[in-house]
Formats: sequence, C-alpha cells, structure tokens
Amino acid sequence: MKKELIGVYTIWLRDIKRYFRDKPRIIGSLGQPILFLFVLGTGIASSLSFKGGGGGDYLNFMFPGIIGMTVLFTSFFSAMSIVWDREFGFLREVLVAPISRTSIVIGKILGGSTIAMIQGAIILLFAPLLKIPITFTVFFKVIGIMFLVAMTIAAMGIVLASVIKSMQAFQVITNFLLMPMFFLSGALFPLNDTVKWMNVVSRANPLFYGIDAMRPVILDNPALQLYPLWLDMVVLASVTVVMSILGAFLFSRQE
Amino acid sequence: MNDINTNNIIEVKNLVKEFKGLRAVDDITFTVKEDEIFGFLGPNGAGKTTTINIICTLLSKTSGEVTLGGYNVARERNKIRNCIGMVFQDPSLDDRLTALENLYFHGLLYNIPRSALKERSEEVLEMVNLTSRKKSLVMTYSGGMKRRLEIARGLLHYPKILFLDEPTLGLDPQTRNKIWDYIIKLKKSKNITIFLTSHYMEETEICDRIAIIDKGKIIALDTPDNLKRTIGGDIITILSEDNVKLKDYIKEITGSEVHDAKEGKIRFEVKDSSSFIPKLIKNSPVKILSISARKPTLNDVFLDITGREIREENASARDSLRMRMRRRMRH
Repeated sequence: MKKELIGVYTIWLRDIKRYFRDKPRIIGSLGQPILFLFVLGTGIASSLSFKGGGGGDYLNFMFPGIIGMTVLFTSFFSAMSIVWDREFGFLREVLVAPISRTSIVIGKILGGSTIAMIQGAIILLFAPLLKIPITFTVFFKVIGIMFLVAMTIAAMGIVLASVIKSMQAFQVITNFLLMPMFFLSGALFPLNDTVKWMNVVSRANPLFYGIDAMRPVILDNPALQLYPLWLDMVVLASVTVVMSILGAFLFSRQE
Repeated sequence: MNDINTNNIIEVKNLVKEFKGLRAVDDITFTVKEDEIFGFLGPNGAGKTTTINIICTLLSKTSGEVTLGGYNVARERNKIRNCIGMVFQDPSLDDRLTALENLYFHGLLYNIPRSALKERSEEVLEMVNLTSRKKSLVMTYSGGMKRRLEIARGLLHYPKILFLDEPTLGLDPQTRNKIWDYIIKLKKSKNITIFLTSHYMEETEICDRIAIIDKGKIIALDTPDNLKRTIGGDIITILSEDNVKLKDYIKEITGSEVHDAKEGKIRFEVKDSSSFIPKLIKNSPVKILSISARKPTLNDVFLDITGREIREENASARDSLRMRMRRRMRH
C-alpha cells in the first residue's frame, strides 16, 4: 500500500516538476484565455447588449467561464499526454516498474488537476483588472472547485486516452468534444433560457456544473446560480469517481 | 513435466503472441542461463521486442509458458518487475529532468531506501561516465549520453537481469562502439544476466549465445562461433560479365548454392577460398571483373537460412513515425 502511494506521488511529482520547469508553456498557455477575455470579451461587451448574468456586465460574466476554459484544456491535455508518453516516453519506464496501473492513473489525474488548478489560479489573479474583488475565502473556495472540476476532466481524459490509439485522434477530440464542451458549459453565455436543445445537452456536460459552481462564488452573486453549489459538487464528484474507475480499468487492460 | 534447470533465469515454452490474428511470436521455446549474455538477432518486425515485452510483463501472451527467476509472468508481475532492468528501444527518460532526478524517480518507483539511493546513483553514474553531467537536464545530452544514462538507470535497483532492446539504435558507429564497451565492462564487473536484441550482426557477437529470430520463429540458437561454423567455409562475392553462365559453372564445380547479391554480384560459399580463387580465375568461362573472399558473419548465417539480408526490410508507416520521434528525442 505504501509502495502504491509512493507510486502515485512519483507520477504526480514528475508532472509538477516538468510544469514548473517549462516556463514557455506556462506563459503560452495563458495566451488563449487572456485573448478570449480581453479581446473577444471586450468586443462582444461593447457591441451587444447583454441581458443575462444577473445585471452585471458581460466581461464579469465571462470571467469565471474563461477560468473554466483554462481548467478544461489544461487538465484534459495533461491527462491525454499519457498516450504519447506511453509510446515514446517516460511512461514506459513507469509501466515496467513494480507499481500498479491504478496508481499510475491516479497520479496522472492528480498531476493534471494540480497543474490545471494552478493555471486557473493565475487567471483568477486577473480579477482586479476587471474590478472583481476576490477575498481570501473566495480565492480558496474557487481553488477547491477548480481542483474538483480539473479532476473530473482529467479522469475523462484518461478514459479517452485509453480508448484512442493515435495522435491524429487528438484533433478530432479537440473539435468534436472539447470545443462543444466549452461552448455548452455556460462559460460564454447563460444556459437557463437559450434554445431548448442547448439547455438539455448542457446538463450532460460536466463542465457546466463546474462553471455553475464557480460563477456565483467568484462574482459573489447567488442570483447567478442555476443549481445549488452542493448539487454541482455532487455531480462533479460522482463523474470523477466513475470516470477514474473506468479510466483505471481501461488503462490497465490496454497494452 | 520437463526437468527444471535451476541455472535458467528465463524459461520460455511454446510462446505465442497474436495481434488481431497476426502471429507476431510463433511458438518459440528457449532458455536464458544465469550470468550469460543472451542475444536476439533478427530484422525489424521479427518479434524481438514483442517477446521481450512479454517477458518483462508489458504485454500479455496469447499462449505458452514464460517464467523469469522462477516467477510466472502472468501471475507474479510485480515480483518480476522488481528483478529486471529495462533499456527500451525508444527513449524513456524525462528530458526536462536532470540525470540525478531521473534516477531519483526511478529509485522512488522501485522503493529504494533514500539513504541508499544517493550512493547508488553516484555508483551507476560513475560506471557510465556521467558523473560530471549529473546535474544537467537530459535535454542537453547527446544520443549516446542518453543511452548510457538509461543503462545506468536500468541498473539502479540492482536487477538480476538487464534487458537491452536495440541499445545502439539511432546512434552513430563511434557511439555504438562505446555503448558496447560499457556493456562489456558492466558484464565483467557485475554478476548480471544480459538479454539484448539487435539487428546489427556485428554487435551480437559479444553474446554467449544468440537466437536468430525471423517472422516470429527462432530459426537458430547457438554460440556465435557455432552458428558461423554452420556455413561451409568462406564467402565469395563475384562481379562478372555474365552472371547466369558463371552461376551454372560454379554450381557445377562446387555443388553449392549460388545467390544473387547486391550491385549485380553473386555470392556463394566454398571450403577454402585461397585455393579456389586462383582455380576459378584460370578456368572461368566468363570474364571476372571483381572477386572478394571473407570469413562468414552472422549476417551470412541469417542469409543462409532465410535467403534474405537482415537489414533489407522496408519500414512501415508506424516504424517511420518511430524513427522520426527517436531522432527528435535523441538529439
């Protein structure tokens, strides 16, 4: 048991070390959210009148969504790197070591989630620029939610990584899974009174619950929540557990 | 059951591995003795890596029996993993970490006590001459240095057996020689069994025993010298003005098979080339443009059995992707 925990820790630590050593990646990965927020967001805010969002302006509404987006992409791609790593990289070394596949999967989920959480936290630091006050309590609450969302996404990433075989499938997944997940999460527009199919489909999207949990906390406005915080958290935690078990099973089975 | 030889560290019996109906490993049986250097020689796609992956618990087998150190590969995976060291065909270092950090992670995974880990890291780094670069990122290493570090890492947990899967693939000839020097040095200084694969014939000559493997089957298994002895004598290669005519003539006087070789030449074996060549030149019905004789190599053994050269296989799309990756990661 202790050996397995050390295994989890090793996989996690390696991801964290790599992350902090790769400064260009940290800076590069902040480019997209900043572009979305300050270019797309400002553009939309100044050309359209915004009626959702509990009376706040569009940039503020969008801000938690962009944090969600950062967590989504970072977490997902960290988890998916397991495919690449397995064929050509460090993972082969881990696979032949005396630790179980389950420990590898857990370590990878935790590593990806930690990195995604850090990336999300960096975006959160931009809040004062948008005149959104962030107290310590809010900050740590958001960190917690982000970590759970990241775990959900990372676990989904592991499941997909265990099923797909080629790097080419990455593009397909980005276009047909990640982008729809992002658009149908409530990150960019409220999902309480859009067209009916969108409302329905969005409820099957784990990121939807993540955004729904973060937005009222970050903007300190309970009117923005579609479901109570506890319900969002229960949904996310359940998906995480199911996906982790499925991921560990599929990954162990794979050769 | 068959008698069990305690000196055998690996026993493989009737091993079969199928991938979607394709037999990658086709009913092979062999043993590896303790403390020997055992080599798998064969072209790409012969089933060398597949067999190694099964023995080291990375792949499941379709059927057959495989034990390592008395442990069953299907049931006692962790026990086997504890006593093997691996150097993979593809680079498996983390190049954003330093050499010491790579070893540190390895130590964690193999549960080496922290107090012993530092000392052992120094020891293995010393062995492959990387002590002075131990704090550099692996990214900055040359291809040969990376390989050496991988060998050092494979030894860190004091395995009973070290697997080297194409340890010199993608390296230049000079570096390749150096890697073999390290392997020979290692063999001399430690009691360790080494199991290696290669498709470079010259390289497998350091082995105590070699299994020549082709299309998933072991087609010969013996010491390098015995294998070469199966060839009648010397190998002669000739370029002539009329190969067809010459072939018939040689068949007639020697009674041995004559094969087409590269660059429009023909090749065959004779017992004693020094007396044969003058005779041939004198009596040949066609004009001979060039002639050369040499001692047989393992490549000739392979050629003799299969009728093909070891290195003429075409790379599949997947192989060429691998090669690209390898170049990217090695240099």
